[in-house]
Amino acid sequence: MSQSTSQSTIAPAPARPASPPQAPAPSLLGALELDVRFLGMVGALAVIWIVFDFLADGTFLTPRNLWNLSVQTASIAVMSTGMVLVIVMRHIDLSVGSILGVTGMIMAVFQANYLMPSFGFNHPAVAVLTLAAGIGIGALIGTLHGFVIAYLGVPAFIVTLGGLLVWRGAAWAVAEGKTIPLVDDHFKLLGGGADGSIGAFWSWVVAAMACAVIVLATLQARRQRKRFRFPLKPVWAELVTAGVGCLAVIAATLVVNAYTLPAALARRYAEANGMAVPPEGLAISFGFAVPVLVALAIGVIMTFVTTRTRFGRYVFAIGGNPEAAELAGINTKRVTLMVFALMGGLAAIGAAISTARLNSATNAQGTLDELYVIAAAVIGGTSLAGGSGTVAGAMLGALVMQSLQSGMVLMRVDTPYQNIVVGIVLVVAVWVDTLYRKRFK
Amino acid sequence: MATNGSTPASTPLVDMREISIAFGGIRAVDGVNVDLYPGEVVGLLGHNGAGKSTLIKILSGAYRPDAGEIRINGEKADIGNPRDAKRYGIETIYQTLALADNVDAAANLFLGREIMTPWGTLDDVAMEAAAREVMGRLNPNFRKFKEPVRGLSGGQRQSVAIARAIHFNAKILIMDEPTAALGPQETAQVAELIKQLKAEGIGIFLISHDIHDVFDLADRVSVMKNGKLVGTARTSDVTKDEVLGMIIMGKSPPGAIAGPGAVH
Repeated sequence: MSQSTSQSTIAPAPARPASPPQAPAPSLLGALELDVRFLGMVGALAVIWIVFDFLADGTFLTPRNLWNLSVQTASIAVMSTGMVLVIVMRHIDLSVGSILGVTGMIMAVFQANYLMPSFGFNHPAVAVLTLAAGIGIGALIGTLHGFVIAYLGVPAFIVTLGGLLVWRGAAWAVAEGKTIPLVDDHFKLLGGGADGSIGAFWSWVVAAMACAVIVLATLQARRQRKRFRFPLKPVWAELVTAGVGCLAVIAATLVVNAYTLPAALARRYAEANGMAVPPEGLAISFGFAVPVLVALAIGVIMTFVTTRTRFGRYVFAIGGNPEAAELAGINTKRVTLMVFALMGGLAAIGAAISTARLNSATNAQGTLDELYVIAAAVIGGTSLAGGSGTVAGAMLGALVMQSLQSGMVLMRVDTPYQNIVVGIVLVVAVWVDTLYRKRFK
Repeated sequence: MATNGSTPASTPLVDMREISIAFGGIRAVDGVNVDLYPGEVVGLLGHNGAGKSTLIKILSGAYRPDAGEIRINGEKADIGNPRDAKRYGIETIYQTLALADNVDAAANLFLGREIMTPWGTLDDVAMEAAAREVMGRLNPNFRKFKEPVRGLSGGQRQSVAIARAIHFNAKILIMDEPTAALGPQETAQVAELIKQLKAEGIGIFLISHDIHDVFDLADRVSVMKNGKLVGTARTSDVTKDEVLGMIIMGKSPPGAIAGPGAVH
């Protein structure tokens, strides 16, 4: 045996460095503690954007298109955060599109027939109560599904397949197929548009707050690990991750602020606010759209729920090994019920965003959304085998799906061909993910 | 060695009486009586499929028996689920280990009993610190605290399961084939651990289909065959061969108290 190949275990026990837990010589990526899969998705998204910009003659990577993309993604992104938990628990929810349809319809009817007459036009309570009623009913529908799945033992696939038909039918029944207009201006803010955006100044305020949160969270995590003398990330790695996060926030803010009101709208806005119109025209920025901020806030909350709360820990443990979770004393049935209730509530928020965006509730609203939501979660790295997935990944998946559609619209691809492409991309994405898991896990 | 539990004058820690459970017409456990005293190790022996694991799953709350009663410290206990069992101080190391493969060692160690911060969020750092401490005692070479337990070796997974059972001040410990995945050195470590826990007054049910794992550690053995109790004996009163006869043929030797499953 040559000296170079012999292992230290064979040699007469050279004193092993009995140091406290020390990370093994970290690689560059290891030191950054980055999620390789997430990075891969960001890369894929960048490729999609650049390719579409090239194919669509430079119309894709414009502030206007990216702003629209962000608004169009919001509703699916909100729902995908809940779908992650559903799929992590080895279930599926095929009913979210129909729940969106029925809750949107109920919110519209409730607002038009009951709230408006009793509170009056544009009373602030109207929007709040509309939203509360919608979320309550969505959560109730989800609770019903969860009850049948968890306590009566009917597979989620069947329960929610039934739900898909039931709630679509119910959406029709609420207003006998009529389209109900939404008139409350406060509620319409949820849909985005010129009014439903916060403008340049407040966008910078949001960006500053987001950066502050990133820095504080980094410091807090470091302080926690110091408290127990755990190995710390190198300082440069902390600076790089926090810095990249802040840069992304600033870049997004620059993009949404670069999208300005069309000249006619800007003039009207200036008149309404008593502003003088300079000769070269007004540049009034849209800034972040309200639905995008809602989606981001829900993303942050859901990430917190999945990683920092007992509930989230149980969802993942149940997905990893349902029997072990039960034996560990977790009330798996109650957790299942809560996950479906949460999914229902999120579908209602998705409904609020999409009805507010269209200014009306229609019978067909949310049709096929369940498939986009599931696809977003799966493209975002949620394993259908259960036990793994992230909220951020799913939201990024939603953005990938929407980018494909938006890009093809810009390229004037007909809808049937769009569906063909989206379908193929979904299958290929999951195949690539399967390869990744085999290679690296 | 059988000094601790050799005078069962006090009330038994666990007394399972006339326990029966059937699955689809098959009587997996049929009128079985076993008991356990503080500081005692009782080996539960039998072939695969003899009903050992089912019997202890009744004690650990995974199954509800069709008939019979369980007494803990002489009082009737109603164990409907694993949470109830844990409330009685019953901890179990399952044959399958029952780990959630997708989360790390600390998350498994505290599954269902997480340490929370004052704000009601998971205190992962505190849990990892506690995990490092308890694992440091059990398996000093254990380093993979950040990895999902899927990535651990059989022995490492086993030590996570053992750590989970002993970390919460168990009074009654059930070990179902605890050394199945272990090498000789780790097996010796577990044997050492069992002696230590016994000295602390913990009662241990040690389940195995292999008599050699159990005989030297146990104060008494109870042997099951086809769901019935063949008999219970002090290890000082019987030989290994006699216990083998109980396991294989269901023959109760003179030194044992015969059960309903014994052949005559």
